[in-house]
Amino acid sequence: MAEVKNEILAKYKAKVFKGRKDHILEVDRSKEQVIAANARAIPGIMTNRGCCYAGCKGVVLGPLKDTLVLTHGPIGCGFYSWGTRRNKARSGPDGSNYVQYCFSTDMQEPDIVFGGDKKLKKAIEEGYAIFKPKRIMICSTCPVGLIGDDIHAVAAWAESEFGITCVAFSCEGYKGVSQSAGHHIANNGLMKRIIGTDDSDYPARYKVNLLGEYNIGGDGWETERILKKIGYSVVAVFTGDGALSDIARSHKADLNLVQCHRSINYVAEMMKSAFGTNWLKVNFIGLKAIAQTLRNIAEFFGESQVKERTEEVLEEEMAAISGDLGYYRERLSGRKAAIFVGGSRSHHYQDLLRDFGVTTVLAGYEFGHRDDYEGRRVIPDIKEDADSKNIENLVIDKDIRYRAILSPERAEELRATIGLENYEGMIKDMEDGTYVVDDLNHYETEAFVKFLKPDIFFSGIKDKYVIQKAGVLSRQLHSYDYSGPYSGFRGSLIFGQDLTMGLYAPAWKLIKAPWAAREGGEPLAPKGGEEDHA
Amino acid sequence: MLDQTPKEIAERKALRINPLKTCQPVGALYAALGVRRCMPHSHGSQGCVSYHRTFLTRHFKEPAVASSSSFTEGASVFGGGANLRSSVKNIFDLYDPDIIAVHTTCLSETIGDDLNAYILEMEIPDDKLVVHCNTPSYVGSHVTGHANMVAGFIKYLADKRAPKNDRIGVFPGFVNPGDIRELKRLLGLMGLPFIMLPDQTGVLDGPMTGVYEMYPDGGTTIDEIRALGGARMALALGEFASTEPALALKTKCGVDSKVMPLPFGVAMTDSFLMALSEISGNPVPRELEEERGRLVDLMLDANPYFYDRSCAIFGDPDTVLGLASLALELGLRPRFLVTGTPGEAFEKRGSALLGSHGALGGARVRAAGDLFELHQWIKNEPVDLLIGTSYGKQLAKAENVPFVRAGFPILDRYGHAYQPLIGYEGAIKLAIKIADAIMDRMDRDCADEDLELVM
Repeated sequence: MAEVKNEILAKYKAKVFKGRKDHILEVDRSKEQVIAANARAIPGIMTNRGCCYAGCKGVVLGPLKDTLVLTHGPIGCGFYSWGTRRNKARSGPDGSNYVQYCFSTDMQEPDIVFGGDKKLKKAIEEGYAIFKPKRIMICSTCPVGLIGDDIHAVAAWAESEFGITCVAFSCEGYKGVSQSAGHHIANNGLMKRIIGTDDSDYPARYKVNLLGEYNIGGDGWETERILKKIGYSVVAVFTGDGALSDIARSHKADLNLVQCHRSINYVAEMMKSAFGTNWLKVNFIGLKAIAQTLRNIAEFFGESQVKERTEEVLEEEMAAISGDLGYYRERLSGRKAAIFVGGSRSHHYQDLLRDFGVTTVLAGYEFGHRDDYEGRRVIPDIKEDADSKNIENLVIDKDIRYRAILSPERAEELRATIGLENYEGMIKDMEDGTYVVDDLNHYETEAFVKFLKPDIFFSGIKDKYVIQKAGVLSRQLHSYDYSGPYSGFRGSLIFGQDLTMGLYAPAWKLIKAPWAAREGGEPLAPKGGEEDHA
Repeated sequence: MLDQTPKEIAERKALRINPLKTCQPVGALYAALGVRRCMPHSHGSQGCVSYHRTFLTRHFKEPAVASSSSFTEGASVFGGGANLRSSVKNIFDLYDPDIIAVHTTCLSETIGDDLNAYILEMEIPDDKLVVHCNTPSYVGSHVTGHANMVAGFIKYLADKRAPKNDRIGVFPGFVNPGDIRELKRLLGLMGLPFIMLPDQTGVLDGPMTGVYEMYPDGGTTIDEIRALGGARMALALGEFASTEPALALKTKCGVDSKVMPLPFGVAMTDSFLMALSEISGNPVPRELEEERGRLVDLMLDANPYFYDRSCAIFGDPDTVLGLASLALELGLRPRFLVTGTPGEAFEKRGSALLGSHGALGGARVRAAGDLFELHQWIKNEPVDLLIGTSYGKQLAKAENVPFVRAGFPILDRYGHAYQPLIGYEGAIKLAIKIADAIMDRMDRDCADEDLELVM
């Protein structure tokens, strides 16, 4: 199998070869394997990555429904990040829902030449006059940093002028090497300015926050349904269908549940330092994973009634779906999948695929770091480079409200038993001989499709049709191809249904015209397409 | 839906809400995909091209390849020359296009990267080409970006010493492959040899074959662009998208262009065909006259469902003007014409068009507008029909207005890029869609006893 990697790399000239060779590895769990990650994309090589702004505004801040998120820059960035990420949000009781709107300063040439801060101020005035928001977040795009508009000073002015909360995020697209830098910048802003600012009572038991859940296709709602059914109170969700008013009191929670490790682990760590809030890596994608997650959470709280209720709910939920599950499993079992998504899903979805008997032969992250692949234990060994040094690492002191709800001994025990405050990364869950590729690019996607012949390739919109044109089913795992939710028990079924639907689409059999001579070799349709749909 | 949009209109000078335009680079990228074996290249941070490829793919449901200079903070400080040089080398090494079409971004424009100098000084393989255009995102819109890229190809490649030929250049403007296919059919029926620039047919409406091709068999060839320099003349369709290329061809090669509106509806298609007839010396064939007759027949048959119904039309300037012309011919009453692209010319053209049909009174025509404003107008003066891009669906839902999708982009329905809006054929399809939208609503809203089987 090692020749696959060599053959793929063979097409690269020296410099690109050097830049890519350490980003591809064949899994061999008998060794300590190291992968290169969070490094610069190579100019000209078609990466799937986006930018810092996309990570900050697009991913972390965009889903906030009680907040006017204002993009300071020319029109494109605000426009593209409007309504396209499927972070669903239900309107508040008064009908307010900023997620439906796009706000931009639409900078013009004179603003670039003479400075854009006057226009930014004016835009805030106008926005305040129309919407009376309690909170405004300003996100800057590339030219703003270059011309030196002081968006932080404008934010301070807006706070005193209108008595609102206004936070500025310097998330210019050129910062860092991918969306990842933007996640970090957004995390820092939330920690510095929002988390812990509402100290009003939160009288409830078993309080959790859900971190790194963006409610794509309604995932967060299905996850919350399950948590609430067991008896947990969800204080705040970061940030799907989320509100800064909730995040302001998120320090009241007993435990942070971390779904997307990559985009939000900074908040989890910082809240641990400031408030003593423990965090737990969870996965609500995949039935075995959910069961494990729910048992881990119950173990954290440690009370027998929580544990018993957890088992009851697991039994009830599994009973409700087991019939359909078997139906889809029968149709999907034995297939091979490739997964290339952003930060954590490439790991999560392997669990769900395994439930259906699908093996993952290739997985990679678009903007993961080494810890997402190899586990958090490697964090001390990660060398800072010029790009990562430019992203601020906040030093967090203990807050006066710090409370440790676990004894040191119990915390230590839970670290060992449920992996408290740890994430072991994706590689350890993959089979020997499968491939892990960081920042998989256009050429490598084509090549791996050819060499590994997956039945299904999960990726994003940019490469979806590249793969589909090559005769392989491709489903988007950023947007779920406008379906979902895929989380939780009900979501698993929808996922199984979508996969089955894709593989058994009648049109797969129609690709070649009957009069066209069939070229030998490659099968034209995925396996499913050649069977009759029962 | 959109519950925070108030009816009261406050003047805005700085805040754009729910925009009706996007930035120049995506238009440039789209134009470059209409040249054969061309790799569009975005000189900026990789986020730009990621957004642009995503956006185009969502509209066409097709791969949209393009590369990026992947600026980091260092390149933003020290200039992007080194990034462009390594990009060009890597692209030719790995993706082997015949030509790279570079467009700039707000990032590279703000730091003042000199693309002319970079390209002049870089090593380019003998049989390969690199061209560029300037598309700062803080000027114009995606429509002007498209125009600038087409003009860029002409500035670099059109050859004034090209042998005089009997072909005409055609700049189709910012339209779908379906429209370009229809244009080619009309040109063919009129017996007029042509060079279409750009031509995304076969590239962004490619067939399913089971084999992925990075450069499908479509697009204007480099030789064709060179030969534009010897063309008899050029037709520049859509004033806003095609005037720049027309000017570039005149300046570079002395070839004259006729700038015409996009041929939407009866009158504009008539003018287009008469112009082709004049150029070619061929009469308009009976086949097209029959097509025209079918369109007019349909318009008369369904007239009761069109007549005097008010509508709002939004989208790109050339498209909105074309749709408005057809709407007026159908008997609809356009109340609001809005484009996000800046330029007073749109307001003049739109007002003149409405005026020529006696429909100007109280109607509003707005360039550099946005959907928030249009929504407020509609709250104050409800309309019977909304025509525009997918971005109107929130407004249509909020105000419960029948909605016909037309223009760029259509993100939430399939097959639109295949369908022409131009020509008599396009008008027939549009008229049917408009009638369906209005009549479906009548059926849905009427009392049971009023439901008509025959309408």
